[in-house]
Amino acid sequence: MGEFLRVLTDNWTLYREGFTNTVQLFLIAAVGSLVLGTLLGAMRVSPVPALRAFGATYVNIVRNTPLTLVFAFLVFAVPKLDVNIDYFPSACIALTVYTAAFVCEVIRSGVNTVGTGQAEAARALGMSFAQVLTLIVLPQALRAMVPPMMSVFIAMLKNTTIAAGFSVLEAGAIPAYMAERGEPQFAVLLWITIGFLILILPLVALQRFLERKWRVAR
Amino acid sequence: MRMKRVAAVAMMASLALSAAACGKEGTPAPSGGGNASGGAQGDTCTTSGATFTPKADATVAGSPTFDKIKSAGTVTVGVKFDQPNLGYKDAQGKRCGFDIEIAQYIASTLGVDPAKIEYKEIASANRETAIKGGEIDYYVGTYSITDKRKNDISFAGPYFVAGQDLLVRKDETAITGKDTLKGKKVCSATGSTPIQKVRDEGLTEPENIVEFKTYSECVSQLLDKKVDAVTTDDAILKGYAAQNPDELKVVGQPFSTEKYGIGLPKDDKALRDYVNDQIEAAAKDGTWQKIYDGTLGRSGSAGSPPALERY
Amino acid sequence: MSQASVLYDLPGPKARRRNAILGVASIAGIVALLAYIGWKFYETGQFEARKWEQFEYAAVQRELLAGLWATLKAAGIAAVLALLFGAVFASARLSDKWVLRAPASFVVELFRAIPLLILIFFGYYVPLQYGWSIDKLWALVIGLVLYNGSVLAEIFRAGINAVPYGQTEGAYAIGLRKNQVLRLILLPQAFRSMLPAIVSQLVVLLKDTALGFIITYPELLFVGKQIGGRLAFGLPYVPTYLIVAAIYIAICGLLSIFAWWLQKQLGRMPRTAAKVLPAQDAGEDAARMV
Repeated sequence: MGEFLRVLTDNWTLYREGFTNTVQLFLIAAVGSLVLGTLLGAMRVSPVPALRAFGATYVNIVRNTPLTLVFAFLVFAVPKLDVNIDYFPSACIALTVYTAAFVCEVIRSGVNTVGTGQAEAARALGMSFAQVLTLIVLPQALRAMVPPMMSVFIAMLKNTTIAAGFSVLEAGAIPAYMAERGEPQFAVLLWITIGFLILILPLVALQRFLERKWRVAR
Repeated sequence: MRMKRVAAVAMMASLALSAAACGKEGTPAPSGGGNASGGAQGDTCTTSGATFTPKADATVAGSPTFDKIKSAGTVTVGVKFDQPNLGYKDAQGKRCGFDIEIAQYIASTLGVDPAKIEYKEIASANRETAIKGGEIDYYVGTYSITDKRKNDISFAGPYFVAGQDLLVRKDETAITGKDTLKGKKVCSATGSTPIQKVRDEGLTEPENIVEFKTYSECVSQLLDKKVDAVTTDDAILKGYAAQNPDELKVVGQPFSTEKYGIGLPKDDKALRDYVNDQIEAAAKDGTWQKIYDGTLGRSGSAGSPPALERY
Repeated sequence: MSQASVLYDLPGPKARRRNAILGVASIAGIVALLAYIGWKFYETGQFEARKWEQFEYAAVQRELLAGLWATLKAAGIAAVLALLFGAVFASARLSDKWVLRAPASFVVELFRAIPLLILIFFGYYVPLQYGWSIDKLWALVIGLVLYNGSVLAEIFRAGINAVPYGQTEGAYAIGLRKNQVLRLILLPQAFRSMLPAIVSQLVVLLKDTALGFIITYPELLFVGKQIGGRLAFGLPYVPTYLIVAAIYIAICGLLSIFAWWLQKQLGRMPRTAAKVLPAQDAGEDAARMV
């Protein structure tokens, strides 16, 4: 047990730095994918066929590509196109590009959960597009969107570890350092697990709470 | 049943791919033109040209490992496969490099035809385990002699002395040694000893340290000008420089000492003495030099055999 | 536009004209974007023969096939074991014995909260610590099974719970025992409703094998990195990754199409009382595929 604690205290700076970067990566990519995903989601529910096709193509390509490949493409292939992006921003972009496809799907299916009758009734009352959207569709759609959206972000938080393979010192990179320092890996990995549980369990609890509170009866 | 269908879909996909795979035979050779290909040997393995004739009357009295090799008629050697001109396997499955040829030379002195060597790719972290467990007869692959490792296994050699050095682009003039790295991006393998040294000694700023899983990724980043130097043992760096002498060079100011030995079972002193004798012989009769010049030496940097450390 | 959307009415003449203008503008935008990317490729010499010619050779194609085989092998083994893992833990969680339910819930919830990469590291580094040599394939498979198995356990549990309770009541009423109810009544119905969700989880599993590259398991992406890293061919990362991506997209796409087809087939089947769990459409499931 003393040995187990020592692994953390001896390498505290590494753990702190690793998890700080993980959280930063997560926050930046969360905002980024929310913006890009909403844009793509808007395209997918728009009345313009070209935009719908573009959104669908994007989602289908990205969803069937491993995130690791998206990372590898940004870090090894993109510099060949004379575009020079540093490693941390590259990781943010990779996570954003990938996660946006899933955010987009959550938004699209969230909007589709609202019955057409709702909007038709609203329009029959003479509401404008903005009113239908903000007063009728969104309040209902949001409730259906939030729990799956949280799942997407929880998954994304776990996915940040992949950046370890691409020169970002985040939590996933800690084991490689520790292997060289000769620390017992089981303890090292247990501490990383504990770190992720601390980050993820509150999110899961919040998700379950919202799910129960906002369950939409249809 | 569902698994079957899933498998069927996967099979279809791989069939479709293999149907498309009706390519040219042979090994792709880079056609001239672009600057990156000029002078490089491509991915194909080329040997130094040294030949190793198996010694017909080899005996090592009192060596259980040798008895095992003799009765099997073959030898199992642990090597690396991803270090060009050192321990490398090309697309055709051919192996070449300095360490590989040293391994072949040792095999020939044990009376085994180098063509009959059974190679095993052993990851760095597993080397002691593989030797202790008898999975391999000996190991040749940038294996530094350390006291800690001597608790588990024994070392013949050193057959090469390496040191931490820097690989830079050919046109680099600002980086001339470890004290000129400030403000430059330096790349090495994640968490490795060389990059720890850079970090601990503050050779460059923490934000300029770049780490990838393998050195070849660092070399790619170096050529893309995303990093300015790659650091690790000069033997490894020379291998990359030899692969692409038009674009890369080794600075040549080593700032540490790593003695590479041949990893052997711990209690087989007879074999260790014998292998040491053979390394000495190779140094004397010019075999060592021939192997070096034809592999690592192609990068243009000179090398000579180190003094043995018998124990 | 045959189907009415919740967001807007069937367009009238004015809206149609506006949509047409928007359509033309967005097509122009998309074409401009693609043209810019194409030009960037051309400008940096990505279309040069030197960068592509190695793919004409059987040796390189064999390398790619070997990588693909390594990917499919890891995915295949992991899929079978994960389905088993899922079945065992789902039945434990559905058990009415507390001693079975509590530990199973703990395991499933725990492994779903740990990043897959960390699970793979457990499989890779921990045996090394104790001096056992472990094949990288198994390190990867262990991680994939623990994570995907836990997710599958939840899919199975949700599938069984989705069968209307009346079915269970009816079965008990005609005198079936607990195990018969599960085996004869619940499973056959739940199985069909779960199939699409299971297939999409298998797509996730297949994609996740790419993480093997971080522990240098020679799967497709790892092989791609090796081919792309060949100095002599001008580091052809761009062509190589495009080819590798195409292979992943083709295989995962086939599986996704299969899931979609299955869903359609099952939707037509009248014999189940359970609602078919959607494969890809609901947000819930989109979330699962991340």
